[in-house]
Amino acid sequence: MRRSFAPWSDPAAKPLIRFENVTKRFGDAVAVDHLSLNIYESEFFCLLGPSGCGKTTLMRMLAGFEHPSEGRITLADRDLAGVPPYRRPVNMMFQSYALFPHMSVERNIAFGLKQDGLPKAEIAARVDEMLRLVQLERLAKRSPSQLSGGQRQRVALARALAKKPKVLLLDEPLGALDKKLREETQFELMDIQHDLGMTFVVVTHDQEEAMTMADRIAVMDHGRIVQVATPGEIYEQPKTRFIAEFVGDVNIIEGNVLGQENGHWRVRSRSAQPPLTIDDPDEVLHSDQAVAIAVRPEKMVIQRDPPGTDAVNVLTGEVWDIGYLGDWTVYRVKLASGEILRVTRANRSRYVESPIDWDEQVYVTFAPDAAVILAE
Amino acid sequence: MNRRLSLFNVTSLVIGFAFLYLPILLLVVYSFNASRLVTVWGGFSTQWYVALFRNEALMEAAWVTLRIALLSASLATVLGTLAALALTRYGRFFGRTLFTGMVYAPMVMPEVITGLSLLLFFVAIGLDRGFWTITLAHTTLTMCFVTVVVQSRLMTFDRSLEEAAMDLGAPPLRTFFSVTLPLIAPSIVAGFLLAFTLSLDDLVIASFNTGPGATTLPIRIYSQVRLGLSPEVNAASAILIGIVTLGVVTATLLSKRSLLREEPNAH
Repeated sequence: MRRSFAPWSDPAAKPLIRFENVTKRFGDAVAVDHLSLNIYESEFFCLLGPSGCGKTTLMRMLAGFEHPSEGRITLADRDLAGVPPYRRPVNMMFQSYALFPHMSVERNIAFGLKQDGLPKAEIAARVDEMLRLVQLERLAKRSPSQLSGGQRQRVALARALAKKPKVLLLDEPLGALDKKLREETQFELMDIQHDLGMTFVVVTHDQEEAMTMADRIAVMDHGRIVQVATPGEIYEQPKTRFIAEFVGDVNIIEGNVLGQENGHWRVRSRSAQPPLTIDDPDEVLHSDQAVAIAVRPEKMVIQRDPPGTDAVNVLTGEVWDIGYLGDWTVYRVKLASGEILRVTRANRSRYVESPIDWDEQVYVTFAPDAAVILAE
Repeated sequence: MNRRLSLFNVTSLVIGFAFLYLPILLLVVYSFNASRLVTVWGGFSTQWYVALFRNEALMEAAWVTLRIALLSASLATVLGTLAALALTRYGRFFGRTLFTGMVYAPMVMPEVITGLSLLLFFVAIGLDRGFWTITLAHTTLTMCFVTVVVQSRLMTFDRSLEEAAMDLGAPPLRTFFSVTLPLIAPSIVAGFLLAFTLSLDDLVIASFNTGPGATTLPIRIYSQVRLGLSPEVNAASAILIGIVTLGVVTATLLSKRSLLREEPNAH
């Protein structure tokens, strides 16, 4: 059901949130730079980028804590300019959780409902519902200082969800949790989002988090969106070298275009003899253009025996480093040109007859369609 | 940190505290003196405390002092808190530095000058000197102490708490009363207690601005001492010291607790 959800590729679909040419300046610094973006109803949308890229500012503008210097933000076709945070159908889960320390868990969750002036019975029912949702029924009377980090995170989530907002904003929602808990919570968040059918906008600097949870990811850098796409597209077809390097691990081989042959690009590089063959038909390149070839470590094959004569994209080098991670082994291979490649191999069996060792001469190959050409 | 106390540290600590508190201790001890002679120990007795409560002039002065202290501390708390909010919240408004300096000036201004200038002011506007002039003068004196205490709390206040309240639908005023105020309340109470104790034991400014029927306890004690030392005054002073100590200690504990309270949201 998740697979078939793709309103962004449907030209008739109307976006729920629209950023139209939005710029935000703080003094001389430009935090968000002429940015346009559409987010659709029920979407799990991630804003991903290094710190200082403007993702948090973008979210705070949606919440109403910052105002665009230029441009327009609309929510369900309503211009949000001049609408204060307390009148927006948007709720936010803060990075610090921002739980009210002088109120119990229960009263924290009820806070937003009280502001709406709901009858007492209804508030109590909704609080119970939220406590059940995040499995904290037994801790309703506790104060935030008596909770663990994970429990606080749940209270913050329940409080933000209690008003059933059109859009839930989550600022680094899992940043303060340890790794195990983070993974569990990622899936829980996805389930909750799916069950409630709510639109989630998550800000994160953690690419793994974004990849796991999001329907679409917007990768931001210097106040601009570099690419908006599904996690799979971002990983397999990164648009720029920045994205290729920011999302996941990547090997970059620099070279110059020789020309096209049987629909494949031929690229000359000082790291490879003969020239490389790359199957990336979408790129429009001209002869001698400087390009970067991006290959993910898991798409490279490392072997001790020389590949057959018909093999393409053969790089030779020696093993520089080996990192055994249990599920994967990471090889760092130093090429004759001095570049170091990162090649990973899944450890499919428990025993390997004669494993590749340090300082061994090895061949690294990759298929023509395993690589992406990025124009420099 | 090195937790062991060396001989040098202990000695300097003892000498330091003795220098500060020995005279006060002496006064308290002599307030329980059975002898009428202030400097000769004649055995333990609480008779001067009894005499003190029978001394109508002193009791009248104590009552005036208490009323002035309560009223001026309340005024100073409201004004001081507002000033602290303005200084921490409104960024860099025009004249901010000047405003900050003016708020803190009474702290370092010689009391004689504050007292004298207020006296001239009250005379100029034709306000009769007495209860109200002392109250206003004490408000001026103590407001900055409230500002300092409340401001230091506001500096560490996690603004995302207020943003969360607004995000959940609370307009600014309701946010202030349901989130900000409860959380900074301990420091406001601490500021109030400081203002209260400062007003309670002020002599200089009060004597400049006093008038008929508004003799405060410090003024009364001072004038009695000029006529000769009396053990009753020792007793009154001992009680005053007790109240002030209690006020300052409570204020310190409160502002400490107020800072600790927010910890759950810290990483």
